[in-house]
Amino acid sequence: MIREPRFTTDLGALPDYAFGHRSLTWWGVMAFMVIEAVAFAMAIAAYFFLMNQQDHWPPAPVTPPGLLAGLLFTLVMLASEIPNTMIKKAAEKEEIGPVRLGLVVMSLIGIPLFVLRGFEFASLNVGWTDNPYGSVLWMLLVLHTVHVLTDWVDTLTLTALMHTRHGHHGRRFADVSENSLYWRFVWLTWLPIYLLIYWVPRWVP
Amino acid sequence: MNGERILRDGADLTGDALHDALSRTWSRRPGLIGWLTSVDHKEIGRRYIVTAMIFFALAGVLGLLIRAQLARPDSGLITADRYNQIFTMHGTTMMFLFAVPVMEAMAIYLVPLMLGTRNISFPRLNAFSYFVYLAGGVMVWVAFLLNVGPDAGWFSYVPLAGPEFSPGKRVDFWAQMVTFTEVAALAVAVELVSTILKQRAPGMSLARMPLFVWGVLVTALMVIFSMPSIALASSMLISDRLVGTQFFNPVEGGDALLWQHLFWFFGHPEVYIIFLPALGFVSQITETFCRRPVFAYPAMVLSLVSIGLLAFGLWVHHMFATGLPRVGYSFYTAASMAVAIPSGIQIFCWIATIWLGRPRFQTPLLYVVAFVITFVVGGLSGVMVASVPLDLQLHDSYFVVAHFHYVLIGGAVFPLLGAFTYWFPKITGRMMSDTVGKWSLGLLFAGFNIAFFPMHLVGMMGMPRRVYTYPAGMGWDTLNMISTVGAFVTAAAVLLFVANALVSLKAGRVAGPDPWQASSLEWATASPPAVYNFAHIPIVSSRTPLWDDPARLPVATGLKVEHRENLLTTVLEAVPDVREPSPDPTLWPFVAALATTALFIGSIFTPWAVVWLSIPTAAALIAWFWPKPGGALEEEAG
Repeated sequence: MIREPRFTTDLGALPDYAFGHRSLTWWGVMAFMVIEAVAFAMAIAAYFFLMNQQDHWPPAPVTPPGLLAGLLFTLVMLASEIPNTMIKKAAEKEEIGPVRLGLVVMSLIGIPLFVLRGFEFASLNVGWTDNPYGSVLWMLLVLHTVHVLTDWVDTLTLTALMHTRHGHHGRRFADVSENSLYWRFVWLTWLPIYLLIYWVPRWVP
Repeated sequence: MNGERILRDGADLTGDALHDALSRTWSRRPGLIGWLTSVDHKEIGRRYIVTAMIFFALAGVLGLLIRAQLARPDSGLITADRYNQIFTMHGTTMMFLFAVPVMEAMAIYLVPLMLGTRNISFPRLNAFSYFVYLAGGVMVWVAFLLNVGPDAGWFSYVPLAGPEFSPGKRVDFWAQMVTFTEVAALAVAVELVSTILKQRAPGMSLARMPLFVWGVLVTALMVIFSMPSIALASSMLISDRLVGTQFFNPVEGGDALLWQHLFWFFGHPEVYIIFLPALGFVSQITETFCRRPVFAYPAMVLSLVSIGLLAFGLWVHHMFATGLPRVGYSFYTAASMAVAIPSGIQIFCWIATIWLGRPRFQTPLLYVVAFVITFVVGGLSGVMVASVPLDLQLHDSYFVVAHFHYVLIGGAVFPLLGAFTYWFPKITGRMMSDTVGKWSLGLLFAGFNIAFFPMHLVGMMGMPRRVYTYPAGMGWDTLNMISTVGAFVTAAAVLLFVANALVSLKAGRVAGPDPWQASSLEWATASPPAVYNFAHIPIVSSRTPLWDDPARLPVATGLKVEHRENLLTTVLEAVPDVREPSPDPTLWPFVAALATTALFIGSIFTPWAVVWLSIPTAAALIAWFWPKPGGALEEEAG
């Protein structure tokens, strides 16, 4: 038979949402960040493995990528952390006005990022079919573009959601906070990839 | 912010009234639509288990075809081309569609029950993962039946699997099958990690978790750290094949060994991903049937964790024959041999448990005995091939085939069948026949050894693996015939096991909640469990909670009754912290899985499928996350 319950504790007074590591969403976001970080780490390992097989990097007569578009993209990415932090703080204080405004700003920042990313592809100076150097550069840039695109779509969705009546609930603020956390991850992973695409081909002989 | 009128469980709401209310809240709609919308971890877990067992049977039939072909020299039963597809599909199905999914499936079903919670974390993701897994398996099997089955081996080495030597779509189906199964496996791993770390019953600190849950936690973390590697590698392979990248093309400066590194960085942990949950099964069964806690719990946990860590330092031992720096040989030999230490510690601890306990040698414990014997043999041949000079002799021979079948069947399938027998009463409410169970185990143990032991010998005599036939007069004929006989005995044993399960499902003895007098929480609820798992959340104060007080179960109360709600506890000590809503049933995971399937399969034929079909996929995901009126995630008043 099923054992008789012996009542000891009541959980009714516990909160029904929380921020950070107290919420399940945070653990899900962290786990997916680890998965993506491992994927990037393996892609970076593949980059160095392929580099090791070549006498020159980039292989002659290919020249390293043009610098301007990548530099501007990086600057916009870094600058985006300012509104991103403001949103995260406002969400944790559950201030709907600043959250709504900040999310609109973050949605708009996507537009220059994708335009610049287009110019980055155009300034790689190599096709993906030319050689493994070209393949791996395209792979890194495509992977990161998918990364930016995913979080941008998520941001658009949240922007819309926070402008509806659903936006006032604490759990939605927690979602906004985790989305900001994820955006930090997106720009942090960009920094090593930026070095690999634009600078390592200039630094190694 | 909660109103006064919220209905909660407690001393004044318990028993039948609570059962009725919770059943209303946690049930899904009946019928096909309800089936497609289910987010119950038990239902998804059962589906996963049944599907994986069907793939096991299909791959087993392919194994029988292989043995039928090799029974005699110069056999013309199967053509070389078909044979390549058959052995590739045998390995691919066993590894990607049976072994990993069935272990995750058992965890999906059991872990929330063992932790005393009402549903798994991210249950919609769980439903999504099942449909994606099913679609990937069906896709590759349909391709196989249409004669476009993969044929480059289950690890698809380039350059053989590259565009030059494998034109056509066969390897593309393999690569996308990998994508499907990795997406599914990673999703489940995320759910399991967060369930285990955040949804344990109050008082179940990490040091009180059942050993199976420890095994699952380490496994899930290994999935998270290893599977991105194969997902990346298979994407690189398919882009070499479809859009002309040069990653693995040596002519343009690419490197075939890069594939082997990326594959085995996943592939070796994969073996332990299959093996660690099985170790967990063995610990749970040993504890219950010896009627005492497993000997040296801290050593058992540390062994599981160290196997998980060492698994990432072994992958190069699959590549000894490729030519490596000497220090590489030494390091990976040492690491490979080091795995024998934590494995040995576990085996000694189980033996000590049996020695110190009062063992009941019923079918599940006999599977443990069969496991220990077989796994030790496989472990010893593993230490042999960890040695480079010996490995160079035995590489790609039937000795290796014997070795990995001993560790995989001995180390994973025997414990799995034992676990199946052990938890069958919990899942179905009825007992399997112990007598038939012992017969099928005996037949299986005999058939397995008759089939695979001779492969050690035929391998040392020089028979290479993956040959579709061999000439007479090599001295291999008799041994191959013995192996084939053993394979058919093994198949008969599996059929007997399945027949036992099917008959018991209808006519087995009714089990009751705790037929084995076990110690862990899943036995505190009904068999089969109610849709909400536990009427009140159990409280734990030892590693063997059900042995503390045979009559009563300490419980916590106060979760909502009219909305789906889970208790979250702190990571280390499992102190109650937050009540979080648990998602309701919805069709969107199914729709998202359909869109994902269209994207993955479409990408085999045109890269533009990735672009265009990502739109419906994204739309389905947005609809999935958007709050629904009246849902559990929609708690605003009014």
